[in-house]
Amino acid sequence: MQIKLSAKLTRIPEYLREGNEIIMKKALSVFMTAVLAAGCLAGCGASGGSAEADTFRIGGIGPTTGGAAIYGTSVMNGAQIAVDEINEAGGINGYQISYKFEDDQHDAEKSVNAYNSLKDWGMQILMGTTTTTPCVAVVQKTMEDGMFQVTPSASSTEVIDNENVFQVCFSDPNQGTASAQYISEQGLASKVAVIYDSSDVYSSGIYTNFEAKAKELGLEVVAAEAFTQDSKTDFSTQLQKAQSEGAELIFLPIYYQEASVILTQADSMGYDVKFFGCDGLDGLLGVKNFNTDLAEGVMLLTPFSADADDAATVAFVEKYEKAYGSTPNQFAADGYDAIYTIKAAIEEAGVTPDMSVSELGSALSGAMPSIQIQGLTGGSEGLTWEASGEVNKAPKAVVIQGGAYVGM
Amino acid sequence: MSKMKIRSWNKNTKNQLITFGMVIVAYLVAQLLAATGMMSSLMQGLLVPMCTYSIVAIGLNLCVGYLGELSIGHAGFMCVGAFFGAFSTKLLEDVIPNPTLLFVIALLVGVLAAALFGFVIGIPVLRLRGDYLAIVTLAFGEIIKNIVNVLYIAKDSSGFHFALSDGNAIALSEDGMWLINGAKGITKIPHLSSFTAGIIIILISLALVYNLVNSRSGRAIMAIRDNRIAAESVGINITKYKLLAFTISAAIAGAGGVLYAHNLSTVTATPANFGYNMSIMILVFVVLGGMGSFRGSIVAAVLLTLLPEVLRGLKDYRMLIYSIVLIGMMLFHWAPKCIEWRQKIAGRVQKNTKKEAA
Repeated sequence: MQIKLSAKLTRIPEYLREGNEIIMKKALSVFMTAVLAAGCLAGCGASGGSAEADTFRIGGIGPTTGGAAIYGTSVMNGAQIAVDEINEAGGINGYQISYKFEDDQHDAEKSVNAYNSLKDWGMQILMGTTTTTPCVAVVQKTMEDGMFQVTPSASSTEVIDNENVFQVCFSDPNQGTASAQYISEQGLASKVAVIYDSSDVYSSGIYTNFEAKAKELGLEVVAAEAFTQDSKTDFSTQLQKAQSEGAELIFLPIYYQEASVILTQADSMGYDVKFFGCDGLDGLLGVKNFNTDLAEGVMLLTPFSADADDAATVAFVEKYEKAYGSTPNQFAADGYDAIYTIKAAIEEAGVTPDMSVSELGSALSGAMPSIQIQGLTGGSEGLTWEASGEVNKAPKAVVIQGGAYVGM
Repeated sequence: MSKMKIRSWNKNTKNQLITFGMVIVAYLVAQLLAATGMMSSLMQGLLVPMCTYSIVAIGLNLCVGYLGELSIGHAGFMCVGAFFGAFSTKLLEDVIPNPTLLFVIALLVGVLAAALFGFVIGIPVLRLRGDYLAIVTLAFGEIIKNIVNVLYIAKDSSGFHFALSDGNAIALSEDGMWLINGAKGITKIPHLSSFTAGIIIILISLALVYNLVNSRSGRAIMAIRDNRIAAESVGINITKYKLLAFTISAAIAGAGGVLYAHNLSTVTATPANFGYNMSIMILVFVVLGGMGSFRGSIVAAVLLTLLPEVLRGLKDYRMLIYSIVLIGMMLFHWAPKCIEWRQKIAGRVQKNTKKEAA
């Protein structure tokens, strides 16, 4: 009897433990469900953020974290300067601008999230997105909502397929053909090598059009060497190929970070060749630990150079440097111009902030072909737009001389 | 073994019912909130991604939690599913007007393609002992991403055109259409994914994996995980069961990919969505949710997809907080002291409920 009892006693904790486990699991699932519900409700709290009737709510999207952060941050800051200027000067037709920028980490899905988040904030007009791939996803959403969209720097042609989207930058095909034309007209070279990023929409888009135009103009593309985002630290094989094929000029439709590596490696190989790039090379002189002497003589097509001496650029650069402590690049200028583009469209269409998003969208899209702004990236003739969404502006080539961009 | 099985049968069924119930309740609550206009646009936009990652996490959990093999290339299977699914949709878009049918076909194509890739990869690798699957799936994920980026496929009146690495090699006539355009990927995919579709795929996946792990095959799979030599000695065909589990795991990841592709109008293979980081992210869902717990995978996937978006207000600090939350969740779930503490709390709760009952 005694023994049996103690045996029972020792078994009790085991039962208890088993019970505990079940209770614990239940408690955990209840807790998780509660968190889930709280998450949903927290999301709901932000909903219904209807716009106040006295401000235009302009949202911006771009990567401010991750590998492409420099582009999004530049656009964000450049646009902020424009917004501050406009608000100080009394706003657009007397209405102030509210401006909010969201991060998309250069990812399509996150970009749509950012767009939805801005919609909850009450966005009426979208200035974005900064990079192409996310933009292709977001234009679908703006089309569904009828929202007016100006992208400062998403350059693929897919971006402007819809009527409500307008570009401030050149499209990729434009840059590719303009580069080929420029090289051919100036007689810079007859044998050209290309090093491009096949995993990047911008880079492969320019390359495709460059190659087609080069063929047409009789430029000989002796080597077209690709790399990807996973293999962007060593370019010696690509350079050796270009050298052995006797290329006189290497066309680099890529971003400046990789270009700085290419220039350094070409120098250490003792390969003396001309380099020509597109707007992605803008920023080359700001790369850390890069010997800027190597960039001497590099030519690039860019709509903006921070060293230009016109009053608008000088004022912009001064403000930017004061506020953010760095020299603005072309993306900052694009962001700045995008805000002024929206301002011009609003003034032309005579819309007011109390109109619905889709009313604003159709009115502003209709006004776009008839506006013209000077802008930082417009050169001497300014910026005008086709109804298709494409921008008209003069391509500008600059060459790096004495550590500065000099117009050609 | 069999004694334990009889005792735990009820628990298993209950466990499954809780999971199914949780998914259905979440669905109903979300639908109700959306219908009454109480749900923000951000939340509505996040519903499909949450489903997508839950599905992929369920798939990976089968591989990691039950088969005991580490796969760090599940984003690669997602990529296969996404591209095959979107490709079929682009092809059949004009032929089949019914969006539901179109999506179901895309789903089948994506799932079968991912399963096929999983099978082919599994044949040599799953015969080996050790961490080879991890290495090979890692390589697979990177390879598939890079192949997709140089693949050009177009269609026009004269038929299909294929090219590798050079899109200019295709002279497309006016009426032509790009199906896959190199780094631009597939664009203008009709928006066919919906929250309802996502939930249905989750429920099907759950039914599939629960039935599998509680079947004879499932017990064989777990026996291989727990002791390969013992399993072999009782005559279990190791490679066959490993292949079975891995192929199903890949197929479910493919379903997630199809849902992903049809939610955005564009699908490209970038390091952010189908790269190594995403594979690790899915593994994080599985590990944090608890290996072998499908419910945990869903909860972890939902929470961790939600978190960075809900924290948007914190600007750049949100990624910092996100990582701290990851560490916190890991400690909460796995640290021995934490488990002890949780049991103590649970004990107290039980005491209280007993007192109340008395």
